[in-house]
Amino acid sequence: MQVIKDQHIINNEWQHSDEIGEIPTGKITVSIAHWQTDRDNLIARGNIGLRLIATDSIETIKDDLNHFEIIAIDFEKFNDGRGFSLARLLRERYGYEGEIRAIGTFIRDQLYYMQRCGFNAFELVEGQDLQEALKAFTVFSVIAQPDVHQKTAPAGPWR
Amino acid sequence: MYHYDEYDKQLVQQRADQFRDQVKRRLSGELPEEEFLPLRLRNGLYKQRYAYMLRVAIPYGLLASKQVRMLAHIAREYDRGFAHFTTRQNIQYNWPELEAVPDILDKLASVEMHAIQTSGNCIRNTTTDHLAGVAKDELEDPRPYCEIIRQWSTLHPEFDWLPRKFKIAVSSASDDRAAVHFHDIGLRLVKNAQGETGFQVLVGGGLGRTPVIGKEIKPFLEKRHLLSYLEAVLRIYNLQGRRDNAYKARIKILVNALGVEEFARLVEAEWQQIKANGLELYEENIERMKAFFAAPAYETLDDGDSLLHEKLSDNPLFAIWYKHNTADHKQPGYRAAFISLKAPTSPAGDATDTQLDAIADLADRYSFGEVQATHNQNLVLKDIKQSELYELWQALSKLQLATPNIGTLTDMIVCPGGTYCDLANAASIDIGQQINDKFDEMDYIYDLGDVSIKISGCMNACGHHHIADIGILGVEKSGKEWYQITLGGSPGLDAAIGKRLGRSVEKERVADIIGDIIDVYREQRYDGESFLEAYHRVGIDIFKERVYASN
Repeated sequence: MQVIKDQHIINNEWQHSDEIGEIPTGKITVSIAHWQTDRDNLIARGNIGLRLIATDSIETIKDDLNHFEIIAIDFEKFNDGRGFSLARLLRERYGYEGEIRAIGTFIRDQLYYMQRCGFNAFELVEGQDLQEALKAFTVFSVIAQPDVHQKTAPAGPWR
Repeated sequence: MYHYDEYDKQLVQQRADQFRDQVKRRLSGELPEEEFLPLRLRNGLYKQRYAYMLRVAIPYGLLASKQVRMLAHIAREYDRGFAHFTTRQNIQYNWPELEAVPDILDKLASVEMHAIQTSGNCIRNTTTDHLAGVAKDELEDPRPYCEIIRQWSTLHPEFDWLPRKFKIAVSSASDDRAAVHFHDIGLRLVKNAQGETGFQVLVGGGLGRTPVIGKEIKPFLEKRHLLSYLEAVLRIYNLQGRRDNAYKARIKILVNALGVEEFARLVEAEWQQIKANGLELYEENIERMKAFFAAPAYETLDDGDSLLHEKLSDNPLFAIWYKHNTADHKQPGYRAAFISLKAPTSPAGDATDTQLDAIADLADRYSFGEVQATHNQNLVLKDIKQSELYELWQALSKLQLATPNIGTLTDMIVCPGGTYCDLANAASIDIGQQINDKFDEMDYIYDLGDVSIKISGCMNACGHHHIADIGILGVEKSGKEWYQITLGGSPGLDAAIGKRLGRSVEKERVADIIGDIIDVYREQRYDGESFLEAYHRVGIDIFKERVYASN
């Protein structure tokens, strides 16, 4: 399977595991509950990413963020915008600089907005044309308000 | 008024191009309807009973004459020769073809217009006082702040997928004409003890199936922090608002569940962390924006124009129009003139392509080329010289745009209802017509003073029925249209939600029942007492007895 990362198509190395105890080999993301139950073993194992769902509070895990190579934000439904705020908080409030990956159900028309909120990787649902999806990043060349990349608003009457 | 800079132009054109691509993918079958739906909604495109409906944004209701001409052109070329002004100060077309919508958006972009965020669970068009800039009772012009909010909220990356739609209104006058208590966020320009101007912030107001009066969460917000504070409110709502039930997803439900103090505390804590994050408005930013809304080149005149007085005494019809359809102006020698879109024979808020073109010409000739839409579904030409009011009245009369009924019983807000809308349970336009047919004696109507009737065809309350003197709500019972009546609502600073009169009534009887209610008022009122005042004094029971006794 392939994913988009930093606006390039690359091979996916990450799996998303729900099994506590029976962890597959390779790079995996785990839930907050999994992490908190098995923290020491997971740190010893390495190759661990965190997986957030819309209702998770980053505050409960903020001191551990430096253990994660990636943080995946799982969209249960594409019209649930909580993940957008979570990504932005990870970047702007908690200073997380690793990969933030969108997983689950979302659509290519959202990629541009997601990228502005701090996502830099996208695991689209199976069957999507990733080359086509890359076009989402070039639809707009201007923005109307600051985001995680551009900290001050662009030039304009109020800016 | 505000004019797009290169940024705005590119952004709006790129959004139109993006939508063209989305429509192409939908038509080719690449994009399933389920995914296309929220994308088209974010661009104002609904599927209604018979056709698509396109809602075009009119930021805070303000239009330039060339924009009005484009709206006329679109009505002629892509619709059936008319368009409908809404309670969000927007305009909508009922019959566009999906294939034509990208072309319509290109044409709109050419006159600095768009349909961005006129629907969908995102930040909608910011509305304001329709007399902004000319009202005698305003602290300062609220429109520069509306435009700042428009820019900040346009394609905001974080808040495009909120739990539900989000509406902001700004008011600056002592008489609230923007219904700030009934918005997700209501902003009122106020002065603090030091004499500085800032915003009182209200949250959690709204209509719909759970009408709620907005509550204050900040008595005074410095202008400098307007956007960061809005961002804090939106972030708390985006993260904590309910998403399990669309009817419980508006911010008002969250505010009520948490309690306003707790909600305010969460917002304050969030805001403290982001208030210095690049969203600050400095004095020079505000001044630059204010320059776009500077007063036009008024002539130095006095009130009490002699030609006006001569015409007023010579022509009683003109005098009646002047009394009801014009308003005080802060500039001596000028008045604001309402264009009534409430002619008895046409649906409230509708204008034909011919009328729109003519309105654009009149705006150029008499009112510095600007037209203002009101949330009551009328238009205003804001800057009319008193000496030219008579000519304007004559021109408007020929266009059926001078019905002298502003603020009266027949100046009804009427949603499109079952005639067009797929969500409606019952017709609204038919009821408006029924009321117009019954109350066709203007002297009788004037005798009643200001009485508001607002009609919604379903619980979503687009017709604002909760905040009318007399509200009418369409409901469906065993396949038939019935109507619930409410009394005593008010949109202003004395905000109140109307109280249900009793069981719903048959469609055929609605106007007669309004007649019964009005009869009670006429019998009970003291000299000069308004409907609302009389209602509060005598209570609802006496109205109830009359209406249900005859049945």
